[in-house]
Amino acid sequence: MSEDLKILDEVTNSEYKYGFVSNIESDNAPKGLDESTVRFISAKKNEPEWLLEWRLKSFRHWLTLEEPTWANVHYPKIDFQDIIYYSAPKKKPSLNSLDELDPEIKATFDKLGISLIEQQRLAGVAVDAVIDSVSVKTTFRETLGELGIIFCSFSEAVHDHPDLIKKYLGSVIPHTDNYYAALNSAVFSDGSFCYIPKGVRCPMELSTYFRINSAGTGQFERTLIIAEEGSFVSYLEGCTAPMRDENQLHAAIVEIISHTDATVKYSTVQNWYPGDKNGKGGIYNFVTKRGICMGDRAKISWTQVETGSAITWKYPSVILKGDYSVGEFYSVAVTNNMQQADTGTKMIHLGKKTKSIIISKGISCGKSQNSYRGLVRIGKKAEHARNFSQCDSLLIGDKCGAHTFPYIEVGNKTAKVEHEATTSKVGEDQIFYCNQRGISTEDAVNLIVNGYCKEVFNQLPMEFAVEAQKLLAISLEGSVG
Amino acid sequence: MLSIKDIKASVEGKQILNGLNLEVKPGEVHAIMGPNGSGKSTLASVLAGREEFEVEGGTVNFLGKDLLDMSPEDRARAGMFLAFQYPVEIPGVSNANFLKTAVNEVRKSRRLAPYDSKEFLKIMKEKMALVEMDKAMTQRSVNEGFSGGEKKRNEIFQMAMLEPTLAILDETDSGLDIDALRIVSNGVNALRDGNRSFIVITHYQRLLDYIVPDFVHVLYKGRIVKSGTKELALELEEKGYDWIKEEVAVGA
Ligand SMILES: Nc1ncnc2c1ncn2[C@@H]1O[C@H](COP(=O)(O)OP(=O)(O)OP(=O)(O)O)[C@@H](O)[C@H]1O
Ligand SMILES: [Mg+2]
Repeated sequence: MSEDLKILDEVTNSEYKYGFVSNIESDNAPKGLDESTVRFISAKKNEPEWLLEWRLKSFRHWLTLEEPTWANVHYPKIDFQDIIYYSAPKKKPSLNSLDELDPEIKATFDKLGISLIEQQRLAGVAVDAVIDSVSVKTTFRETLGELGIIFCSFSEAVHDHPDLIKKYLGSVIPHTDNYYAALNSAVFSDGSFCYIPKGVRCPMELSTYFRINSAGTGQFERTLIIAEEGSFVSYLEGCTAPMRDENQLHAAIVEIISHTDATVKYSTVQNWYPGDKNGKGGIYNFVTKRGICMGDRAKISWTQVETGSAITWKYPSVILKGDYSVGEFYSVAVTNNMQQADTGTKMIHLGKKTKSIIISKGISCGKSQNSYRGLVRIGKKAEHARNFSQCDSLLIGDKCGAHTFPYIEVGNKTAKVEHEATTSKVGEDQIFYCNQRGISTEDAVNLIVNGYCKEVFNQLPMEFAVEAQKLLAISLEGSVG
Repeated sequence: MLSIKDIKASVEGKQILNGLNLEVKPGEVHAIMGPNGSGKSTLASVLAGREEFEVEGGTVNFLGKDLLDMSPEDRARAGMFLAFQYPVEIPGVSNANFLKTAVNEVRKSRRLAPYDSKEFLKIMKEKMALVEMDKAMTQRSVNEGFSGGEKKRNEIFQMAMLEPTLAILDETDSGLDIDALRIVSNGVNALRDGNRSFIVITHYQRLLDYIVPDFVHVLYKGRIVKSGTKELALELEEKGYDWIKEEVAVGA
């Protein structure tokens, strides 16, 4: 815990620390969206015909859909014709060593404090770094390769492992799933692909750092993770974004397939630019994340720490198809200033004796609005399925709002579903108690909020937990007094 | 070290302290007794800098500085410690982590390097022994689920860790069993070093058998109405507060 103080120190001198723009020449698609945009992207990426067809099918379906309005978020209408749907760093690298990395990109990483070299050496983390839409560098691939693990950019997987992509692409989130999923399926740029063969335990955390980097560029990543029978993988997704004036759209898709006896842990620290104090700028984050426990005793665990974005719309879900399969959702969502978050999960129990747990911690400060929206559905055949949900809201100040929308549908009488919810305030008493021990109010709030989130942070790998605490501290800045 | 002159304070528009005077010199132990609601905890809160308490007049000098001008955390960093009558729970924050943050914050204000984990653990071990506290307690969340007595003992443990110049103990003896009372008192006595001062708020003269005070004061209706030595506590134990209330009534 010696990190705490360092973290608290950093809090005091940062506005939006990660707000800077690096100057990588872009190779952009023309603004706007029609079939030719979809074709442009597909051509740029040298894609096979079947994938172009799939994109076009998705695009045509998207045209028939209406933007959803049921979430508890409010924002000006998005002009989908005013967005650039593809941009790639010009010097498209295929690197053998870090020395070959574009110095601009390298500098960006250095500013973020995630030097690849350090990451490789210290943490044993393989980093697939995505700047804008094209993967720049994938490391550790060889080590992983020896185990038969595939960890590469999505575009590479399309060329190198077309059978896997054909089989699984859209299998958990069909292109018809929802408005943003259809959009992503049409114009997705790149992302990560991960395949763990039967019986293999991935020896390191797989990590991808995403960044939005070109002004006015929408970002549409697509991630696909497949864990074969009896395998294990822990996957980390971390986000930081430069400061922006216009709102930026972000609509990612993550699909996970966990086969019999396999476990996938997916952890996210999300820190897109939230906009300034008055709500100007900031990322619109509309994400579709879903996993399926295909086989018996399969497990999928989502852990997310959401501190960023002007708008967050995100419900990582698990379909519990296999008997005895397990779905978990651990979430911390912080909103400050004018941020709005509508986030939660869906647990769809289909198999017998399936189990799910939901721990959600919402923290609202400033004038922000923080909503939990969760669905627990127990199918007819889900004998003895169990769910436990705990949704806590913490309010800091009196201008913010916390809302909870739990939906529970039980189709089998033997199921047991428990839901607990609490709302509390950071108490004056607690703050004063800390003050009296020499701790400033700002640090006290951090300490108290960190304690409040502990159950979720405990689910994160060590280094990531530290990162999460840092982001928490940054986003709580100025929330009191 | 602490000089309180004619302090007047109110909470929610209600005047509680009515011109209170108190002088504490280095190394002294002052006991404050008085009926319920007379303003003892209010005095402690005013000294610690609690916002709800409005100071309407008077001055407080602490170690040569204007105490009333300082933020609560600066008062703590300057060496003032309050053992709360009702310690607060902080879920999810371990006692150890909380204290490390506090201790290093205080050290920083004194331009001392922060303790690293190893040093900190060593010191924590020593102080735990002082109040015979179980190691498991340091890993539990601050005061969460602690029994009344455990909370009080934890306050003294924190005091030992923070090594204050002036410690105010607000009814630390209430809720302690006989053994705990002895342990806590021993802990306090071990910290008496001739320089460190104590203000001990209590209802029971029994505590003062263990922690022997240099002075005993009676607080009544927001003022110190009688001061004496430890014999005064014995007298109060025997006779109650009525005779003092009468004296005040006659004097007024
Ligand atoms: N926050 C508050 N709001 C309103 N009244 C208060 C508040 N705090 C204290 N008081 C009142 O001030 C008076 C003095 O309270 P205080 O807690 O200082 O008494 P005390 O001497 O410590 O009593 P005890 O021996 O019972 O602990 C009481 O009448 C109490 O009700
Ligand atoms: Mg009291």
